[in-house]
Amino acid sequence: MANEVCFRTLHLDEPWTLESYLSVGGYQSLKKILTEKIPAEDIIEQVKTSALRGRGGAGFPTGLKWSFMPRHSEGQKYIVCNSDEGEPGTCKDRDILRYNPHQLIEGMAIAGYCIGADTGYNYIRGEFWEPYSRFDNALKEAREAGYLGDKLFGSDFNFDAHSHLGGGAYICGEETALLESIEGKKGQPRFKPPFPAGFGLYGKPTTINNTETLASIPVIVEKGAQWFLEHGKPNNGGTKLFSVSGNLKRPGNYEIDMGTPFSELLEMCGGMKDGYKLKAVIPGGSSSPVIPGEQMMDVTMDYDSIQAAGSMLGSGAVIILDDNVCMVNALARLSHFYQEESCGQCTPCREGTGWISHIMHRIEHGYGKQEDIDLLDKVAGDIMGRTICALGEAASMPVKGFLKDYRDEFQYHIDHKKCMVGPGSK
Amino acid sequence: MPQANNELINTASREDIDQWVAKYPADKKQSAVMAALRIVQDQNGCWLTTELMDAVADYLDMDKIHVYEVATFYSMYEHKPLGKHKICVCTNISCMVCGSGEIVAHLEDKLDIKMGETTEDNRFTLKEVECLGACSGAPMMQIGENYYENLDAEKIDTILDGLK
Repeated sequence: MANEVCFRTLHLDEPWTLESYLSVGGYQSLKKILTEKIPAEDIIEQVKTSALRGRGGAGFPTGLKWSFMPRHSEGQKYIVCNSDEGEPGTCKDRDILRYNPHQLIEGMAIAGYCIGADTGYNYIRGEFWEPYSRFDNALKEAREAGYLGDKLFGSDFNFDAHSHLGGGAYICGEETALLESIEGKKGQPRFKPPFPAGFGLYGKPTTINNTETLASIPVIVEKGAQWFLEHGKPNNGGTKLFSVSGNLKRPGNYEIDMGTPFSELLEMCGGMKDGYKLKAVIPGGSSSPVIPGEQMMDVTMDYDSIQAAGSMLGSGAVIILDDNVCMVNALARLSHFYQEESCGQCTPCREGTGWISHIMHRIEHGYGKQEDIDLLDKVAGDIMGRTICALGEAASMPVKGFLKDYRDEFQYHIDHKKCMVGPGSK
Repeated sequence: MPQANNELINTASREDIDQWVAKYPADKKQSAVMAALRIVQDQNGCWLTTELMDAVADYLDMDKIHVYEVATFYSMYEHKPLGKHKICVCTNISCMVCGSGEIVAHLEDKLDIKMGETTEDNRFTLKEVECLGACSGAPMMQIGENYYENLDAEKIDTILDGLK
């Protein structure tokens, strides 16, 4: 089944309104928790049982993350939603904000209840003006209707949320950079520990979850952890939004059961556009290693299966590369991206992403030297594990992935000073 | 420093900034700096001057250097005048695979400028941007607050002709 969780309003006219959300049972999970006084520990257990994992890319178990919060300690605590969607290929959170913003608000409120926070911030990337407007309108509607504010549903739980707009920086998707950015600073990641659950926004205990993660919560509470878990396979519970892009007949966001074969997802997208053949797939956003098309046809869309194939589910961004794509050209573009977006704080990443991008540029433009291929591999390897945040890994993994399966195209570029495939081969 | 600086921020902008300040704890006005820079940038047309950044520093009780750091870290703040319409074209992986190269070529040809340049009549600036998160609608571009997806040459002509 499709569109049962984050996209459950999608079939309605104006799915983003409070009226639409209420018509599918909206805010009933929050109401149930507060009126039946269900203990936060029970909800956290339920989220653990559901096997919900962070949908932003890292895949950390959500219930476990919530349990790290010192919920009984006095003082301010925060829930922060990460809508700084910027991993190339990913466009799912944009559609949650545009088409089902109230479910995200309800998810934030339930999370706030579980971790002991009365305030939430939703960090929305600055370019997302339409999604921001929809979300901000939904906040107003929710406040007026009494779903946000003091003493919700007659309980002693107070909760309000606000949006924060970014300014154009991929790195702010990293949770501690995001916190720095809300504090009005450059978005440079913090050294961890301390982790945000101890020292987060304004130095207060904070939980940061992805948009899709939080928007899944109301449905898990309503239908039960088991229901969610069964939409998937063991250790890979639930549904997942996949952003599929490339030369397909129907690219788009598809919310499907985890464990669905890639071949079925491809069919949902109508298959390749006429005249294009499947060459390879970047299965989880630009940072995840590329997988050859024929190998991908045996993979199911879940954490374990994609990992066994040598890559990552990541953010669920499925980038389809067709037979016109030169892999040298593709990696050159991605390497430029990571160089642009490195925050400059750690030397291995700042310098390494520059080196990778420069080497890729010269191979792409016919000035590559034989030793460049090994040099690329070495520079990528030298970044890994030597930086404060994961951007260094994110820049290095594609290099390793492309070299592993498509080394011949790099060699061809160095030998012939042109592409092996695609328009650049002529 | 002279407080007169923040008179550069007009009343409408101040009201807008104040609404952002109200979202954060009373002693955390600095959290509104990103919004404030965006608001004064819009007030000024499309770019930030040093005087405007200083005015924001005054208004939010921040050191100027901290405002400059933010204003130069994030890509949406501009530090030189641009054309009336800033056309942001994504050329990242999904758009590239779906033909952003042809989109860029068409725009450069039609406007007779290269990426990063502004037309002589100051109507258009072309800017190459990183992934804007609309990948299943590739190739795409952003003008002002609007996203335009599934682009081709004909569609671009219609969009540009429709701009005031």
